[in-house]
Amino acid sequence: MLNFILRRILISVPTLLLVSVMVFGLLKLLPGDPALALAGQEPDPAVIEFLRTKYGLDRPLPVQYAKWLGSVLQGDFGLSIRTRLPIGEMIVQKLPVTLQLSLQAMLIALLIGIPAGVFAAIRRGTPVDYIVSLIGLGGLSIPSFWLGIMLILLFAVSLGWLPSGGYVGFFESPLDNLRYTLMPSIVLGTAAAAIVMRHTRSSMIAVLKQDYVRTARAKGLRERIVVTRHALRNGLIPVVTTSTLHLGELLSGAVLTEQVFGIPGFGKMIVDGVFSRDYAVVQAVVMCSALIFLLLSLIADIAYVILSPRLRS
Amino acid sequence: MSGQASPRPAARGGTRRSGVRRALSHPSTMIGGTLVAFFVLVAIFAPLIAPFDPNASDWLGVRQAPSAQHWFGTDDLGRDVLSRVIFGSRASLAAGIVAVTIAISIGVPLGLVAGYFGGVIDAVISRFTDALLAVPFLVLAIALAAFLGPSLQNAMIAIGISAMPVFIRLTRGQVLSIKNEDYITAVRALGVRDRNIILAHVLPNVLAPIVVQVTITMAVAVLAEASLAFLGLGQRPPAPSWGSMLDIARQFLTEAPWMAVWPGLAIIAIVLGFNLLGDGLNDTLTSQSEDS
Repeated sequence: MLNFILRRILISVPTLLLVSVMVFGLLKLLPGDPALALAGQEPDPAVIEFLRTKYGLDRPLPVQYAKWLGSVLQGDFGLSIRTRLPIGEMIVQKLPVTLQLSLQAMLIALLIGIPAGVFAAIRRGTPVDYIVSLIGLGGLSIPSFWLGIMLILLFAVSLGWLPSGGYVGFFESPLDNLRYTLMPSIVLGTAAAAIVMRHTRSSMIAVLKQDYVRTARAKGLRERIVVTRHALRNGLIPVVTTSTLHLGELLSGAVLTEQVFGIPGFGKMIVDGVFSRDYAVVQAVVMCSALIFLLLSLIADIAYVILSPRLRS
Repeated sequence: MSGQASPRPAARGGTRRSGVRRALSHPSTMIGGTLVAFFVLVAIFAPLIAPFDPNASDWLGVRQAPSAQHWFGTDDLGRDVLSRVIFGSRASLAAGIVAVTIAISIGVPLGLVAGYFGGVIDAVISRFTDALLAVPFLVLAIALAAFLGPSLQNAMIAIGISAMPVFIRLTRGQVLSIKNEDYITAVRALGVRDRNIILAHVLPNVLAPIVVQVTITMAVAVLAEASLAFLGLGQRPPAPSWGSMLDIARQFLTEAPWMAVWPGLAIIAIVLGFNLLGDGLNDTLTSQSEDS
């Protein structure tokens, strides 16, 4: 197992290096002088010159990249132009907020997606299956920001049950934290639930055709026991791995959800960075997102090996 | 990107025509195709269908509730919401078409080359693909759109580049699954040039899953365009776009909730249309080989 983990980590290194080249290259997409863009709305020539020297923009590209990568490897993404805070510190502050949202969203997705997927699989080809599948496809088709707006309209504006936006930390007030994160988690979890449902359905359909399930049925076991004790255990293996991978995709969704609900998380950081032309923040978020995704795919692979008896042996 | 076409071998020869017929008669394909065709027609004939100029303000009719004159109501500048929803379909469809065209015109050739030639070329292209796939789709699109500058054109480019790696991976996988089959080995033994083998023998046999992926990616691209426009990185006002309409509507939720309802429903309908189409094609086109 240790060998497998080490090999997987080694495979991820060149990918991460290539991501770093891409992220560094993003700055080169800026029209004109990057120092001019970095200097903000009304740039002072002295500031531009200072930035050019500070970021080594007057030096050859490979040298610039090596210097930038060296800093990034030490967790130094530079200072945010908007907040004047170290970007690394900002990420440490904001990432737990998005992580909490993503985990709550995934919990909602699993609670809805798995039973719905199993239900559709055991009723395959019936109207129930078509309705569940259509709802799942609908869940994938709803823009998260629109769903957020509609939930605000219903639960905050009309009923006044939940706050329309903002955030309270979990350690400040757990109850308020739940009130502020419930709607965003539902929004984020909707598409995830649809994906979990579709994966569960197709995986369960495949498992229910297996010989050992047929044997269990032939033994006279009740269908409920066959599904829950025999089929579900193997049917959920791919669901666990894809759900782990999908946590990375939730970062994408968090960008819009946090924007709609005004949550100061990792996703909102990239939007704030874009609008204040804080390009170093944008680069840092992209780089960290890739790192998180690669970590999650490593966890998913390990989970797959642990859960799958064939691979384990 | 959440959806991906099933990487199964495509059908060959005579089964292809019957497969297309079967695909078109699948309920998902029919419903999805009808929805997509509806929006395509709306986008083409927008100037004829829209009851008002989508950019004409009416300061005396600001934020009017839906009525016989304005079926979907009016917005904060007194513009007819129905007309803006109708014209907004143009930005969404254009974004989908251009983004997918960019994604396939770069992704498919790279996937063909990587899968067919293998070796160093494959390794380089595959690592490049892995790197692109490591960044969440929307994060990559936002970053690219931000650095390129906010506009519909740049949003399309950003979405196209972000959608490209899925096509590289899918095409490469398909090519790997067929490149050692007898009919490819035979044409290679006849001395046919690699370029001709790829274009005449490999490409037609990997097309089915790519077609499915195109429809799924259209759904993703339309959603992404709306998302970028919502964040202010897509179509610039006053030109109508469903995403930017929702961004404005957010500020008037208590006074004019209808401003937020219709653009959202339009996005759901078109995205659902492409998703249904993709599902139907996936069920029929990519499973032909299993049946044949």
